[in-house]
Amino acid sequence: MQGWVHSVESFGTVDGPGVRMVIFLQGCPMRCAYCHNPDTWQEKRGTLTDAEELIERFLRNRSYYKNGGITVSGGEPLCQVEFVTNLFRKAKKEGISTCLDTSGVMFSEVLLKEYEELSAVTDLVLLDVKHTDNEEHRKLTGYSNDATFAFLEYLEEKKIPVWIRRVAVPGYTDEEDELLRLGEYIGGFGCVRAVEVLPYHVMGLSKYKELGIPYRLEGVPQMEAEDAKRCRQIILQGVRNRRNRTDTTA
Amino acid sequence: MREEWRGFKSGVWEREINTRDFIQKNYFSYEGDESFLAGPTEATKALWEQVLELSKQEREAGGVLDMDTSVISTITSHGPGYLDKNTEKIVGFQTDKPFKRSLQPYGGIRMAAKACSDNGYELDPQIEEFFTVHRKTHNAGVFDAYTPEMRACRSSHIITGLPDAYGRGRIIGDYRRVALYGVDRLIEDKEDQKNSTRTIMYSDVIRDREELSEQIRALKDLKKLGEIYGFDIGRPAGNVQEAIQWLYFGYLAAVKEQNGAAMSLGRTSTFLDIYAQRDLAEGRFTEEEIQEFVDHFIMKLRLVKFARTPEYNALFSGDPTWVTESIGGIGIDGRPLVTKMSFRYLHTLQNLGAAPEPNMTVLWSTRLPLAFKRFCAKVSIESSSVQYENDDLMRVTHGDDYAIACCVSSMRVGKEMQFFGARANLAKCLLYAINGGVDEITKKQVAPEYRPITSEYLDYDEVMHKYSEMMKWLARVYVNTLNIIHFMHDKYCYEKLQMALHDKKVTRWFATGIAGLSVVADSLSAIKYAKVKVIRDADGVAVDYEVEGDFPKYGNDDDRVDEIARDVVHTFMQYVKGNHTYRGGIPTTSILTITSNVVYGKNTGSTPDGRKAGQPFAPGANPMHGRDSHGAIASLASVSKLPFRDAQDGISNTFTVIPGALGKESVVISSDFALEFDDGCCTPAGSMSEPDYGTAE
Repeated sequence: MQGWVHSVESFGTVDGPGVRMVIFLQGCPMRCAYCHNPDTWQEKRGTLTDAEELIERFLRNRSYYKNGGITVSGGEPLCQVEFVTNLFRKAKKEGISTCLDTSGVMFSEVLLKEYEELSAVTDLVLLDVKHTDNEEHRKLTGYSNDATFAFLEYLEEKKIPVWIRRVAVPGYTDEEDELLRLGEYIGGFGCVRAVEVLPYHVMGLSKYKELGIPYRLEGVPQMEAEDAKRCRQIILQGVRNRRNRTDTTA
Repeated sequence: MREEWRGFKSGVWEREINTRDFIQKNYFSYEGDESFLAGPTEATKALWEQVLELSKQEREAGGVLDMDTSVISTITSHGPGYLDKNTEKIVGFQTDKPFKRSLQPYGGIRMAAKACSDNGYELDPQIEEFFTVHRKTHNAGVFDAYTPEMRACRSSHIITGLPDAYGRGRIIGDYRRVALYGVDRLIEDKEDQKNSTRTIMYSDVIRDREELSEQIRALKDLKKLGEIYGFDIGRPAGNVQEAIQWLYFGYLAAVKEQNGAAMSLGRTSTFLDIYAQRDLAEGRFTEEEIQEFVDHFIMKLRLVKFARTPEYNALFSGDPTWVTESIGGIGIDGRPLVTKMSFRYLHTLQNLGAAPEPNMTVLWSTRLPLAFKRFCAKVSIESSSVQYENDDLMRVTHGDDYAIACCVSSMRVGKEMQFFGARANLAKCLLYAINGGVDEITKKQVAPEYRPITSEYLDYDEVMHKYSEMMKWLARVYVNTLNIIHFMHDKYCYEKLQMALHDKKVTRWFATGIAGLSVVADSLSAIKYAKVKVIRDADGVAVDYEVEGDFPKYGNDDDRVDEIARDVVHTFMQYVKGNHTYRGGIPTTSILTITSNVVYGKNTGSTPDGRKAGQPFAPGANPMHGRDSHGAIASLASVSKLPFRDAQDGISNTFTVIPGALGKESVVISSDFALEFDDGCCTPAGSMSEPDYGTAE
């Protein structure tokens, strides 16, 4: 089976555990204001690539990926859910760890059969929660966050481990109350195993210029690593609050 | 058993000089973590402050603080030198004071004189006269024998960096022998060797006898060096402090005698740990004291200095001494050769701060103890000063008591040595193939006048045929040039002390080297898979190339071009092997221009891969800058397809990553992440942790 691939990073160390081959798929319906990969938005671009070929590329360098595996990112990988399932199925056959980096925005009850098949071969999901407030989420991305949370519930049901991710953009997605709410919400999910906060950076800015796309966050400063750590602590505090409550009421 | 050897397990090492047997019988493999380590003592801190101050003064003085201009350096040429005699636990400098560079004219008097004048000193005219008129140097010998063709190759830079005017280095004495046996026993052994040479005086037997006499003399001088500092190193070392001191005297004697391009230390940490373990068990020294000895020892190694010219420093990007120490690895019997001393050595980077020398090289194996791997990762992150090499690969050919000379040259300590051979410029060779032996910059006929390529577009088969012939020519000139160099080095600048710390029968690696491999691979790929148009000047010499279309580039795990690189290495090596080598040297090659790639590029015209004249080559076996577009593993995968069998002297891949690209937190990389809810707060849904990025493998 073939899928549209934007690019492949053979030495990925920040998208899931260990050293991983990260496959960036082409196509995403969202238009996040701070997206640093606007070149992955368009569907059916990039290189049409066989899942077999990607697995083969992984296997020939397998010794490098001892504690890692394959991560599929994007774009929004679930735009090509059948391809991802096909790729992961092949990976699992070879005993390769599979990780999905997604916003969950494509999740839909209509595609339940597809997601059943996908979840059977997915080891870990990196779920990017861009905002807990639906209106803010729409403003930032053009989409509601309903699907994201529905997907999280689905993953809970399927008992698939999840790492929650948040890109913290100063003034947009780093508000303390909201971070705390996020923590309290995800604290209710047993499948959530870790929280990562990625500080907003402007390294993708030149791509906008190249593509002639206006950049909505012009002038917003990068986030310092220390501030990102602080954001993470707030989310964790929320998680702790929720889990303590659950504990005492249990 | 001798009193100094009390408590050691017996073995053949008692009856013959056999350091490896001693280590194997006696070392304690350590699988724990770094928690036992001790910080720097007050004395260590004060001495290091003093060193930093002197370093500052040296920088302010323009790079050299002091140098000898009339005392020729020998093992016994100077009185004792100290930073602070009362607090230094390990002593000895190359001259009578720290930061004073010694005068070493045997490699070449002009180089020695220039090293003085370039640094604002003047060489004693009497010495200059003596080494010009009365005593020949290595450099003078070489130029007496060079052919015009060799000189042309040298000046057109198709063969460069040749050790024909300076010490070749790359020889590692087994300095541990000094500590284990004491010098007297080593002299006895060498006397036996001399008495057992063959009796018909063929020239090789005469040479052996003369060299053994030189070695014995050097050992006697080594014993005197000990006396200069108030030690009797005729006897074996009796404790860890003495063992370090004896071993260091062995090394110090070597650097007093030789200004070699790389003066590496060997593989000493696990050997020394045996003494440390005994002293800890007997209560002689505390961990803090032992770390202090190690810190002071490493401090001395950091202060090894040679008188060199600015050109030399430019070629090697700094003033490197290549005091390489090989740490860790796995034994043939499967036990890790990691000991507490391996930790103590690396710990000096924390106690004294980061430093490029000594070049701490971890012999990496997937089977090293996890705690040691984590500690290595941690020290690497903090200091950026640790080198890693593949023990699993090298152990196959070199066993478990080899060490690295310079950056990647592996050799069994005390049993093998190397004739260092610099590099041939294979990218320039390709241009010679196209231009029929005419140099593309000087327009001189350097190589034989083969028929040049005259077509507008390059044809792969035609280029390959001509390139192959030109490589055959280059290999011949190159190997024969090296034959002259090593003959003369043995004759006029013999490493008598270092060879005294070798067995009688030594295996000699005849090292050659390759520069510009990725330029060649990409050029040939461009010719094969794209169209390359030749631009010729008025004389008909090809001086530039236009590439039309895209082509597979080395560094992307693409077999189409990676196989070209592999074949070029193999072909060149076959041609090298087809030549006679001096003293039965076994040919090897290396692909490891770590810094001189800039200079090689400067001296090479435009190449068919689109690289413009004067632009740097990639270092070592690296892909060309910016051409590897599939990330690090694809890039490494290309490099790892090069056959180690053909390039046993080492393949280097210089690799720079921003820390953030290696994972999110330093603690995460070494997988020391703390569980988030360790404060006892119970988590019904499982613990929440910092993402586990896995262990550093």
